[in-house]
Amino acid sequence: MILDSKIPAGPLAEKWTKHKFNMKLVNPANKRKYDVIVVGTGLAGASAAASLAELGYNVKAFCFQDSPRRAHSIAAQGGINAAKNYQNDGDSVFRLFYDTIKGGDYRAREGNVYRLAEVSVNIIDQCVAQGVPFAREYGGLLANRSFGGAQVSRTFYARGQTGQQLLLGAYSALSRQVANGKVKLYPRTEMMDVVKIDGHARGIITRNLITGAIEKHAAHAVLLCTGGYGNVFFLSTNAMGSNVTAAWRAHKRGAYFANPCYTQIHPTCIPVSGDHQSKLTLMSESLRNDGRVWVPSTVEMAEKLRKGQIKANDIPENERDYYLERKYPSFGNLVPRDVASRNAKYVCDEGRGVNETGEAVFLDFRDAIKRDGEDTIRARYGNLFDMYQQITGENPYQVPMMIYPAVHYTMGGLWVDYNLSTTIPGLYALGEANFSDHGANRLGASALMQGLADGYFVIPYTVGDYLAQIGPSPVNADHPEFDKSIQEVNDRIQKLLSIKGSRTVDYFHKKLGKIMWNECGMARTAEGLKQAKADIKALREEFWKDVKVLGENEELNQSLEKAHRVADFLELGELMIDDAFNREESCGGHFREEYQTPEGEALRDDENFAYVAAWKYLGEGQEEELHKEPLEFENVKLTQRSYK
Amino acid sequence: MKLTLKVWRQKNNADKGGFVSYPIDGISKDMSFLEMMDVLNEQLTEKGEDPVHFDHDCREGICGMCSLHINGKPHGPQQTTTCQLHMRSFSDGETITIEPWRAKAFPVVKDLVVDRSAFDRIIQAGGYVSVNTGGVPDANEIPIPKKIADEAFDAATCIGCGACVAACKNASAMLFTSAKISQLAMLPQGQVERKDRAEKMIAQMDAEGFGACTNTGACAAECPKGISLTNIARMNREYFTAAVTTENV
Repeated sequence: MILDSKIPAGPLAEKWTKHKFNMKLVNPANKRKYDVIVVGTGLAGASAAASLAELGYNVKAFCFQDSPRRAHSIAAQGGINAAKNYQNDGDSVFRLFYDTIKGGDYRAREGNVYRLAEVSVNIIDQCVAQGVPFAREYGGLLANRSFGGAQVSRTFYARGQTGQQLLLGAYSALSRQVANGKVKLYPRTEMMDVVKIDGHARGIITRNLITGAIEKHAAHAVLLCTGGYGNVFFLSTNAMGSNVTAAWRAHKRGAYFANPCYTQIHPTCIPVSGDHQSKLTLMSESLRNDGRVWVPSTVEMAEKLRKGQIKANDIPENERDYYLERKYPSFGNLVPRDVASRNAKYVCDEGRGVNETGEAVFLDFRDAIKRDGEDTIRARYGNLFDMYQQITGENPYQVPMMIYPAVHYTMGGLWVDYNLSTTIPGLYALGEANFSDHGANRLGASALMQGLADGYFVIPYTVGDYLAQIGPSPVNADHPEFDKSIQEVNDRIQKLLSIKGSRTVDYFHKKLGKIMWNECGMARTAEGLKQAKADIKALREEFWKDVKVLGENEELNQSLEKAHRVADFLELGELMIDDAFNREESCGGHFREEYQTPEGEALRDDENFAYVAAWKYLGEGQEEELHKEPLEFENVKLTQRSYK
Repeated sequence: MKLTLKVWRQKNNADKGGFVSYPIDGISKDMSFLEMMDVLNEQLTEKGEDPVHFDHDCREGICGMCSLHINGKPHGPQQTTTCQLHMRSFSDGETITIEPWRAKAFPVVKDLVVDRSAFDRIIQAGGYVSVNTGGVPDANEIPIPKKIADEAFDAATCIGCGACVAACKNASAMLFTSAKISQLAMLPQGQVERKDRAEKMIAQMDAEGFGACTNTGACAAECPKGISLTNIARMNREYFTAAVTTENV
């Protein structure tokens, strides 16, 4: 199959406008004849479900949480980018586009990214109209800050809880449509399979998490807004329930999976404290605006710190190494996430880590507090400082924070074309679940932008084009494909419950996480990846022989839920390894140790690897097939990223 | 740390339920409360006993999914969510009692898991500004004084966990409902539907079977996000104003 990205022809700035005109429309009176399924209720899902219902489509929205308001978008802290140029500091749609392409290390599509930058300005208008309380200046207008690798102030924020406020905005729009009867909500419901009829996605199979009932739902189109797969690493900043299951089942039904190895390791997280750790907590990267990252200049000094013989504040200025400011004078502490993370790893590998485990660096607010006063810093980051103190028991107004990188976001995901359609017609992927806009590295404050862009402003047009083409003949779940799928889901549940082995699901999940973090984390090598592939295969076999899942299907059974998700992670992990092995270059979050510049920076190979790697599932136990979508750059020149 | 956990076990909504005690050892002070529960569940599973079911998701204090009543207090001894509560708040040898939220409008689903969909229905009754996607004014055409924006933000930080209901002797949902009514009543965007919103949301709150407010303030004292009682006063004013004035022209 030739992957057709369907990027419209013509100048970059006119592509989306022209495409919107060329797409077919569904007559207003006919919209009520179409049913659309939306899986996931985060920023992408809630905004899509609400917008489609407003247009008149009948929407069914599913989430595994007890309420759509819990989706993990809620935890995003820092902000959302938009090319409003309210600050008169030189921002523009083209600059946001350019920064995003460059930040993604030239591994994203120009057309998609430009559209993202273009609609970013509408998102802010929409959210403000909903009553989202963004930060404001004394004159009553919106405030901005600069964020994660941008040299303009284009980030809109609501203290350190921007994701929460945006999600509650989208949730309110969704709730309004539930009240209007245009959206039917299915909370505590997990998608177990996609049903295809004559090659088109025509519905899903779900499990009611309270009763265990396996149910079928038919629709004219299915939208997967199910987030990322960072929990394959066990420890990540994702919510405990975040999983790849919906996307993975779609993949096994024929949707290609693109760039699975592109993982973002976020530089500012609270370090691991012990084996009991269940998740990692992110400290918003906005902290890098005022915090300075450092470690002691010498290993000896770091050892004293680790043994508790001295405290951070005892170390004199001339024995501190502000390594980001030293190595990257023009960006300093604001270098992109992948660069900041890798450098933290380097200094810790050198033995200059600052906590007991040796895996932490300082993020110090001493100078900012001296400059702006404690009250100003509290107003900016109060909730983050409180959270830090709550978790670590230390007061960051008095001692520097300790941070270390953690898995945070996955740029890879289901392959989609310009219309957000996967390789299965009628099946769409939005937000973090798709691969399309962030290339090999996502810039800060761009995830919220993409989720809402896809849901509010892209999918209402593109899904309409598809629906207009297939026509409004009714769909129902009587087709035998639905029953076949139900049978497969039931068989799998019975298999999981009947193994009655000796190891818990978490045992396998933790083991998988360790393999992935060590060999497919911040730095990767061919040799390590080969070993990891063998280890995952062995672990997967062990899982299916020895996992212990108690209870029954016909009840709330959290072990069974986890077992399903971990079984899928065990398959996805291997594909991530394959993808990382195939990509013999370093780009963005994918760093192959064999491919680096003499200064230790990522070394891309544009001649051989300027493509999207899209993987096709061929069947149980078979190697997946690689399809390449070449990336063409007409508007930006590919350069070595430099933040020096 | 060595602890005794007295945990509410209830197979499903129809089951009567009761406390079961579990001794647990080797708990580190750095663990979060839910990580301690993970340890318990791993041990139970290994022994072949059904693990304790509880709601949780983000584990960073923002999704509002975790919901345990610990030693008689929602989210335990500190004013945080349960996921942000750490074992350093307890002492060695302590007995910890763990129950689900107790409220008629929050029926128990299993063990410590309750059904809070009543909160969703209260929001559906009017907790929004009726704007469709697209066709809205430029964001900076709606200037809002910083002080008001900040007040609205404080109300908007509610995470919908239900601790206010669990803390209240009447199981009242006034703090939750008032946070949303207040946020939108303060903002210019919320003016058009202001009266209707207050009336409809309060009617839904009553229909769900939540109790009345007697101003004891237990809700605000236990709210992990520090939502203030002022919101309840504002809601009462909104409700009163809506009742005595009219939209008719």
